[in-house]
Amino acid sequence: MTRPVIEAAEVVKFLGEGPGKVQALKGVSLSLEPGELTLLMGPSGSGKTTLLSILGCILTPSEGAVRVCGQSTAGLRAEDLAKLRRERIGFIFQSYHLFPTLTAVDNVRLALDVRGDRAPFAATRAATALANVGLAHRINAFPTQLSGGEQQRVAIARAIVGDAAIILADEPTASLDGENGHSIMTFLAEIAKSSERGVLVVTHDPRILPFANRVVRIEDGKIIGEERLARETKTKRMASVGL
Amino acid sequence: MSIVKLAVHTTFDERLPGPSPVRRAVETLFRDAIHPPLIVKLAAQNLFHDRLRFIATIIGIVFSIVLVTVQMGLFVSFGRMVTTMIEHASADLWIVPQGTKNFEDPSLLDDVERFRALSIKEVTDAVPILVSFAQWRTPDGGATPIFVVGSDPKLPGLHPWNLIAGSIDDLSVPDAVAVDESYFGQLESKGLGDVAEIRTQKAQVRAVTKGIRSFTVTPFVFTSLDRARAYTGTPPNKATYLLIHVAPGADVESVRDRLRKTLTKAEALTPAEFSNRSRSFWLFGTGAGFALFGGALLGIIVGTVIVAQTLYSSTKDHLNEFATLRAIGSSGRYIYTVIIIQALLSAVIGFLVAAGIGFVVVAATAQSALPVVMTPTLMASLFVLTVVMCIVSAISAIMQVMRLDPATVFTR
Repeated sequence: MTRPVIEAAEVVKFLGEGPGKVQALKGVSLSLEPGELTLLMGPSGSGKTTLLSILGCILTPSEGAVRVCGQSTAGLRAEDLAKLRRERIGFIFQSYHLFPTLTAVDNVRLALDVRGDRAPFAATRAATALANVGLAHRINAFPTQLSGGEQQRVAIARAIVGDAAIILADEPTASLDGENGHSIMTFLAEIAKSSERGVLVVTHDPRILPFANRVVRIEDGKIIGEERLARETKTKRMASVGL
Repeated sequence: MSIVKLAVHTTFDERLPGPSPVRRAVETLFRDAIHPPLIVKLAAQNLFHDRLRFIATIIGIVFSIVLVTVQMGLFVSFGRMVTTMIEHASADLWIVPQGTKNFEDPSLLDDVERFRALSIKEVTDAVPILVSFAQWRTPDGGATPIFVVGSDPKLPGLHPWNLIAGSIDDLSVPDAVAVDESYFGQLESKGLGDVAEIRTQKAQVRAVTKGIRSFTVTPFVFTSLDRARAYTGTPPNKATYLLIHVAPGADVESVRDRLRKTLTKAEALTPAEFSNRSRSFWLFGTGAGFALFGGALLGIIVGTVIVAQTLYSSTKDHLNEFATLRAIGSSGRYIYTVIIIQALLSAVIGFLVAAGIGFVVVAATAQSALPVVMTPTLMASLFVLTVVMCIVSAISAIMQVMRLDPATVFTR
């Protein structure tokens, strides 16, 4: 049996202070298995992004425990959490968050640079990662010269270039049209085929359901349901969207 | 297509036989020279991306450093000018009237002090010189104040230097004086052979110097000791200073200490002590130095504020990117380094422009009464100052980034 890449147990999170203080998560337990693409679905304000931030070691839980690749995050300082992120986690954001002054290849290389990987082959690795997402011909393009779909593919390349065990994607298709969203989910589904890598996608877009191995539903800060799709069901669903 | 299979692994590189450490270091240097590290590229792009703000930053630094350069250049120049006579005199020690504050402080010593000095075994000579203010009158009735410097041309004393016409021996000729070419206009002189009057006595220009300027508007006029006494109405047994020469091998400081015990109404000073006393008087006793330092300080403050403001505003504009960096796992140090590199790049570019303008100012003022001076030490100090100023300016930007919440990447 493989070990989960992320385990969250009874996570509680309060946001804000004083009268504006709200409980965003109310005892959430979730694990992310390698080789799986998990969708975290729920309406706006349900706590999806807060949970993603905690699983991604950007926020710390008010209560409960989180383990990333077997390592507990309890008591870790901000710098230790940053180290955990750069070594284990790749992020994909809804708004891409590319650096407008850097080319595509440099945007990808940045993920290696923050890890201290400045070897001559870092640029080669970045270029290869871009080639893997079908952007070999756009490596020297700036983000403003790329379409939304291409920008999100650069973001995917940035997330995978460091061989992160966990890919966390926040609404990766929300800013894209159907075709580009489909393309992005295809890439994410390919990434999730690795037996060493787990992918969690936060979304409220039902069009991407066919790509998931598992769907977790969250509402009002609580997990309200989980559906693990059988291989046949998934194949059938993917076929229905032309995959 | 399988991205997973295509994902790049570095292990194959690690298995390759590596080059020698020296070769690796040379290759790294070569590579970095051609392709700067990404962190430098990121900082440079942040800096140059908004050209208007970048120009404002550079103008701020240039304004600040040029102001500091001029003020400190004047400070150095002023410090040199007020001690130039002391430094050009031939003396192991100076005997000055008790309480003398600077070279241009014309009190008088009695011959008795000279004999007291000569009574010390190691003192081989005590050469009197006279300095005093007088009036230079031209044949057409014009008059201007001058500062007479009298020293026996046959003795090692205080003689004109940088002679461009005539010689020191020419000052032995009766009524002979030496003046600097830069004062021709003020003295209404055309050069060698010109005649004027000092205290109703004839003075004829027999030698001309170049670049011996007073920081005041009063020209120096060199002459023999006897003529100086005549021009200033000083009795023959009086002098302003005594230039002491000690025997070869004698300990100068020990001789100075013995002179201090022997002299009654005079002080014995080394040339360095006299220079420092003169410099301190003019620079700090008169407030001139404080004014120059004040101007320099103002420049530093203005520069720091401008650079801090632009770096802060640049950082604010790039907060989203810094938050992204933080979210993808960069250390705080990495982000601070980006900001520091921005500050350093600003410092280097600003300094280069300021140094260029500084050299123009130096050249433009070279012939003025108080030229702006640039020395290698001053240049190096200004560079260090620029770098420190820019790094201090980066503090506010760094503090802003320290408060940054990487979770904002999910909300922007």
